[in-house]
Amino acid sequence: MNMRGQLVATVEALMQEDERLVTLLGDIGVFGFRKAFEQFPERIYNIGILEQATISLAAGLASTGLVPVVHTIAPFLVERALEQLKIDFCYQRLGGNFISVGGSYDYAALGCTHHCPADVILLRTLPGMEIVVPGTANEFDSLFRQSWANGNPTYFRLSESQNPVSFEQHFGKATVVQTGSKATVVVVGPLLGTVMEAVEGHDITVLYYTCLAPFDGETLRQHCSSNRILLCEPYYSGTLLQELHNALGPRPLTIDTVGMPREFLEQYGHRQQHDQALGFTAEAIRRKLEPLCQ
Amino acid sequence: MNRAETIIRAMKRDIVTAAAQAGEGHIASAFSILDLLWVLYDRVLRIDSTAPDKEDRDRFILSKGHASLGLYAVLCRKGFFPPEHLQGFAGLASPLGGHPHRTKVPGVEASTGSLGHGLPMAAGMALGMKIRRSNARVYALIGDGEANEGAIWEAALLAAHHKLDNLCCLADYNHSTDRALNMGDLEAKFKAFGWQTCAVDGHNHDDIFRGLGSTAVGKPLAIIAHTIKGKGCARMENQPAWHHRAPNPDELVEMLEELS
Repeated sequence: MNMRGQLVATVEALMQEDERLVTLLGDIGVFGFRKAFEQFPERIYNIGILEQATISLAAGLASTGLVPVVHTIAPFLVERALEQLKIDFCYQRLGGNFISVGGSYDYAALGCTHHCPADVILLRTLPGMEIVVPGTANEFDSLFRQSWANGNPTYFRLSESQNPVSFEQHFGKATVVQTGSKATVVVVGPLLGTVMEAVEGHDITVLYYTCLAPFDGETLRQHCSSNRILLCEPYYSGTLLQELHNALGPRPLTIDTVGMPREFLEQYGHRQQHDQALGFTAEAIRRKLEPLCQ
Repeated sequence: MNRAETIIRAMKRDIVTAAAQAGEGHIASAFSILDLLWVLYDRVLRIDSTAPDKEDRDRFILSKGHASLGLYAVLCRKGFFPPEHLQGFAGLASPLGGHPHRTKVPGVEASTGSLGHGLPMAAGMALGMKIRRSNARVYALIGDGEANEGAIWEAALLAAHHKLDNLCCLADYNHSTDRALNMGDLEAKFKAFGWQTCAVDGHNHDDIFRGLGSTAVGKPLAIIAHTIKGKGCARMENQPAWHHRAPNPDELVEMLEELS
């Protein structure tokens, strides 16, 4: 199952279990949620294309004890409604769930208006905002079930690509996929599969992060004795550098990054074509690792 | 002078005194809405200052959060917090800031200040109360300048579409931002968005009360309150310079005398 399908399955199941959950769709995913519209007409809305008021309205719902889930496309959810996320949820300390599709260039052919490589770095500036980037549908299911009603605002970034293998998830904790001595790869969400191809046969630690805020600095501290890090992120390159610094403190580090450049991707095409061009391939990652490991 | 007028004058004295002490405050905006607030809190809202978080309470959101001194004066008068808090307005450790914060002030339902957030939050509360099968009503007070914000009209669309007849929006129409963007016939605009509407004299308590009762089944209610910014203080009325300014000691003496 892809992540969108899992979103429907997970949220519908939880709506069945808990009457506090209210779903707001920004005119996407409506057909997918058709069963929920039949079963819970008072708790699911195709709210329309008005993201700012939708986030504020969701905060109003939250203040009455309900738990909103807002789902729409990443740039409109995060960039257009950033101030509403900041004030109405983070500053007011209200809980809610914001689930995007179309992060980075998942909508490659639609052009830059529908790209969103900045969602994570923008949301990192909001005190109290939790950020989750699952690598598989199963991981989304697990992470959402653990956190959806925890009273905090939480952003879930769903991706078109998935890793071949799921790992057991503990919200807020990184996974130590393998340990080695030459370098540490910090990899986020759906990039893990590509990274594992790249490190095959290498004496390298791989730390897998799905929960970026709160960031598990302790696991990084325990697994970075080489002081050489390759940070692999599927959005703007270097977004988590401050977290690495916060975790490791003032000591000499050699760091390289894999991620998106801070420029508009003005060509269209398919996501996979941009993956190739931007270096999200095992071969390109291996090339980055070689000098780090010497 | 009747009881309400006496109380309004006393609250205005509290407001100018607090602002003078703090060297801070949007006094004229607070005076513009004080009559609306008093009618709401004294005659309409089903709330209990001893249990401000009671589940089925009515809710009021000051969407134009910069007029916080007006809300604080009324909440203080209604017993939500002691007068010492008001006199410490905007101090470093004060719970009462230049804009109200829901986690700090009993009776404040939403943290407002950035314009255009309060009405859509109120719509969410109204929808939430309907989902929870509560009879509670939700009131939001916006400014005419705030009505420049697109999110206000997004909320207007949502409230009408979802038939939020437990929602009331009061528009403080004092024309202070006509110089930037004239909002024209606000009542016609809300009506065009599918709201029940009523125009009132925003300083006439009986008229305000009548307007608040003009609800319609299946429609949110918009009260267009015609008001005077800085009402009751001659040097301040409709004077843009007093939008965000605290009185100096001489001005304070003069104002307290005028409001006595």
